[in-house]
Amino acid sequence: MTRGGDGRRGVAVALASTVVFFAVLAVVVVNSPGWDEVKRAFFDWQLFRESLPAIAEGFKTNVKIFMIAEVFILAFALVLAVMRSLKGPVFFPIRALATVYADLFRGIPTILVIYILGFGAPALQIEGVPTSTIFWGIVALVLVYSAYVAEVYRAGIESVHPSQEAAARSLGLSGMQSMRFVVLPQAVRRVIPPLLNDFIGLQKDTALIALLGTVEAFRQSQIDVAATFNYTPYLATALLFVLITIPLARFTDWLVARDRRRQQAGRLA
Amino acid sequence: MRKALITCLALAAALVVAATASGRTDATKAAGAIPGCSPASLNLLAEGTLTIGTDNPAFPPWWGGTPKKPWQVSDPASGKGYESAVAYQIAKRLGLAKGDVKWVAVPFNNSFKPGKKPFDFYMAQVSYKPERAKNVTFSTAYYYVDQAVVGIKGTPIASVRSLAGLRKYKLGAQIGTTSYEYIVKTIKPTRQPSVFDSNADAVAALKNKQIDGLVVDYPSTGYITGVQVPTSKVVGRLRQAGAGREYFGLIFSRGNVLVKCVDKALTAMKADGTLARLERIWLAQSGGAPVLK
Repeated sequence: MTRGGDGRRGVAVALASTVVFFAVLAVVVVNSPGWDEVKRAFFDWQLFRESLPAIAEGFKTNVKIFMIAEVFILAFALVLAVMRSLKGPVFFPIRALATVYADLFRGIPTILVIYILGFGAPALQIEGVPTSTIFWGIVALVLVYSAYVAEVYRAGIESVHPSQEAAARSLGLSGMQSMRFVVLPQAVRRVIPPLLNDFIGLQKDTALIALLGTVEAFRQSQIDVAATFNYTPYLATALLFVLITIPLARFTDWLVARDRRRQQAGRLA
Repeated sequence: MRKALITCLALAAALVVAATASGRTDATKAAGAIPGCSPASLNLLAEGTLTIGTDNPAFPPWWGGTPKKPWQVSDPASGKGYESAVAYQIAKRLGLAKGDVKWVAVPFNNSFKPGKKPFDFYMAQVSYKPERAKNVTFSTAYYYVDQAVVGIKGTPIASVRSLAGLRKYKLGAQIGTTSYEYIVKTIKPTRQPSVFDSNADAVAALKNKQIDGLVVDYPSTGYITGVQVPTSKVVGRLRQAGAGREYFGLIFSRGNVLVKCVDKALTAMKADGTLARLERIWLAQSGGAPVLK
């Protein structure tokens, strides 16, 4: 009973504070000396409607890029993570290679990897090497994001208790078999939320491929901005990215919540 | 109260500048100073100094000279190159000496952002467009421009002789230029054109054969085919239909009254043949390329 009352009061307080906060913010922004200028340059509704169709068309390219890249990232990163989790002195070179890779590609800004590969690789003019900017853009994103995702996988692998592997080995499974059938299934399930997190990051970074000349959503909006000297088309692009990110973010939340419920249910049993 | 104080200060500053400026005018004898446009009345960013913004690097033939300090490729303060020469002519006609002109490097994308601008006007081959004029103020024309297509010698595009013949090629342009618009609206290619952040990127893509043809303003082709990509050539010039002919204008903050005096200076330069003369000096190209129709 009391709890219910508290809840209603809590909702009322939250509502009031939210309304007050945004009202104050709106008043401050609208009364700022540059507001008229900003309103004209960023919130031109007519331009928004005019520019949206072409930007949405360009956004298809972004979707294509991150769908293709994500498939390769998930596979390549898993290989890297397993390489880095190999035990025994014999595998030192492989472990070192995977470590250096992760350091290197997490260290170099994505924008530079895209520039270097996108303009550098075709400049070699090797017969048979594609010059397509989308191809090299995807390669760059796969290289960079695999380094991050491999670390996520590795965290998952290391979170599986060593007794699991010991038990698998005692049942006669080989090292690779226990990794494949015992460790990885548990590890991957645990890291699905952070994997989706990186996937969202990847979606946004597809805009960087614009640097290579590809006309995707961001570049299309830049073209419109440069043609009109008005920034409204950027808002249209931002909206498209948010629209695709929000469902994925809620899905991630739902997965995390479900996982927690299951773990707690397990504890009770 | 505060407004009155500011007016007083501005008036005092104007008087000081007028005093010093008149002293200087006597010495340098401003040729063709425009009535009603004395340096003190110009609404300049810094009193007595004309601050001009342009992109860095500044490329020939618009800019010339040997680069100094922050500038790459060219030096806007050299007075060499078409835009530099025009800029100093404008300054002269406003009663300012060569030393009164200050240059600031401003990327194109920052030239039109809302709010206070770090320059009196911006000069970097920016084409006038009615949509753009809603957000900044443009001067009258200081150059009427043709677009042109550059391709690598010996590749299929190099032998194209008509506008329709360009349609099947992968074309590219620099962002912010009207070249892209020309590709999309006039050439209407069957393949999605590429758009690059800078001249350097666009030229790199041409060199790498990531694009078949680069569309740029015609005067810029001399530097591309002569210096940046010696294996390239001008495939042809692209001329726009009469009335809406594309021209370059100077960019001012919206409603800056300075534009009135600059327009008067430009009109005078057009009338007395100065612009045509500077165009002959800096933008003449040998072996005129064919006009594609």
